[in-house]
Amino acid sequence: MQKAIKKYFPIFVLPTMIAFAIGFLAPFILGIYLSFCDFTTVTDAEFIGIGNYLKILGDAEFIHSLWYTALFTVVTVILINVLAFAVALLLTKGIRGTNVFRTVFFMPNLIGGIVLGYVWQLLLNGVLARFERTLTYSEWFGFWGLVILMLWQQVGYMMIIYISGIQNIPGELIEAAKIDGARPSQILRHVTIPMVMPSITICTFLTLTNGFKLFDQNLALTNGAPSRMSELLALNIYNTFYGRAGWEGVGQAKAVVFFIIVGVIALLQNRLTTSKEVQQ
Amino acid sequence: MGARKAKHGLPLTIFFTIISLLYIYPIALVFINSFKKKAYISKYPFKIPTDNMFVGLENYIRGIEQTGLIGAFGWSLFITIFSVAAIILCCSMCAWYISRVKTKVTRAIYILCLFAMIVPFQMEMYTLSKIANMLKMGNPWGIIIIYLGFGAGLSVFMFTGFMKSIPLEIEEAAMIDGCTPLQTFFRVVMPIAKPTCITVVILQAMWIWNDYLLPSLVLDQRKYKTVPMAVQYLKGGYGSVDMGAMMGTLVLAIVPIIIFYLFCQRYIIEGVVAGAVKG
Repeated sequence: MQKAIKKYFPIFVLPTMIAFAIGFLAPFILGIYLSFCDFTTVTDAEFIGIGNYLKILGDAEFIHSLWYTALFTVVTVILINVLAFAVALLLTKGIRGTNVFRTVFFMPNLIGGIVLGYVWQLLLNGVLARFERTLTYSEWFGFWGLVILMLWQQVGYMMIIYISGIQNIPGELIEAAKIDGARPSQILRHVTIPMVMPSITICTFLTLTNGFKLFDQNLALTNGAPSRMSELLALNIYNTFYGRAGWEGVGQAKAVVFFIIVGVIALLQNRLTTSKEVQQ
Repeated sequence: MGARKAKHGLPLTIFFTIISLLYIYPIALVFINSFKKKAYISKYPFKIPTDNMFVGLENYIRGIEQTGLIGAFGWSLFITIFSVAAIILCCSMCAWYISRVKTKVTRAIYILCLFAMIVPFQMEMYTLSKIANMLKMGNPWGIIIIYLGFGAGLSVFMFTGFMKSIPLEIEEAAMIDGCTPLQTFFRVVMPIAKPTCITVVILQAMWIWNDYLLPSLVLDQRKYKTVPMAVQYLKGGYGSVDMGAMMGTLVLAIVPIIIFYLFCQRYIIEGVVAGAVKG
């Protein structure tokens, strides 16, 4: 069979591969190369070695956004997963209205980040106005505003994944633990959590990368104000490319650093939580 | 699950009802404000629009006029539908081929697709917009090819996962009966791959419809806008933002999605779960 299929390569694989080469591979390779160049457009690129990377080290705004993003990611990963897991536990008890609640909690995920950013800007600025503040009063107002927005958006998504994980636990397992006299807290710790470890792996992965790569919501909610202090990494890179003439090379170098950070985190996290999964 | 009577059932239901109402509140707030005169929106966001604050549909009309929202809807629909269709067709074919033909090339394609899934868009955005520009792809047709290339990572990965689980005998039987690989694929494989198709459609459609950065960098903004670009367009330019037009635009951007969601929520939620399990 393999032989018969093999000569169909141009029909089956080529369309995807051409698009993949144009949309992904070529920009990626060119991007790596350009991070070592000085340029304003692609055609006037001049190789300068690691100069762009050295410039990053002296860019205080970038270093700040790096920590700001790391902190933001840690806070959102923990809060989103804890809340989503708690809600999933409560919504698998078979209470009345479960389906309606599930539908409502998931809904924000269908609305785009830009739209959500402006929706929450109205609400949060309205509340803060009572205290004569706005979201852009300091970087921490923007930080917690963004955390609240992300909680509102992503708890529902992760909850859906946790619910399916919890529902896949065989009922006998819980029954057996109950007969053996396990308290609810013990069941949670020794049965439920180990059994939903695959869901925890996925949800931590998704929340981690979502947090690190967040752009739209950041752009719409504060756009980095005050004075670029509430910029997450993605927005900082964007502004380096399009807000600062002559810094395109540095922007590209930042993008490479960003890619390496995201890649390393994704790999490490995958190793770490996969090792805790129970073989079924 | 439903048969078992829950402990604390009623208090929990009441608790979640309150939380659900709070969940909807931000969107309700935008809706209420969309009927207010623009000067009052930032000042009194929590007030119900009464006589002198009420403006009827004026904000909606201004929102549509300032952003070209109707056109943006059309382009968003066009781009989303055709990109997703291209992704489903091309990526499922590619995935079937690489899971049936084992060579170094197909192995490399699979690894590249895995790799593509972790590369953040910022790594690509500048060079991609330049390449798209050079190849004259800054239009809704060109962007479909870019979305196919960008969506290929996740889609090929998910389809391959499914293709590996199909017993080979079915396809072998079809081929022995004289089906060409193309016939085998479309008559035998694709019908069984329907659940995976739904998952991929949902994940990719959610992404493409809401994507802001890629189209804003690639498309020629004077000619083509998508819905997120139209919303962000209000913020562009100098001076203060027209809050009235903003509220009207936001409501118009949200309502069709929510209606669509209410009709297809079962598929959407199942698709997300299936996607997460395979991802």
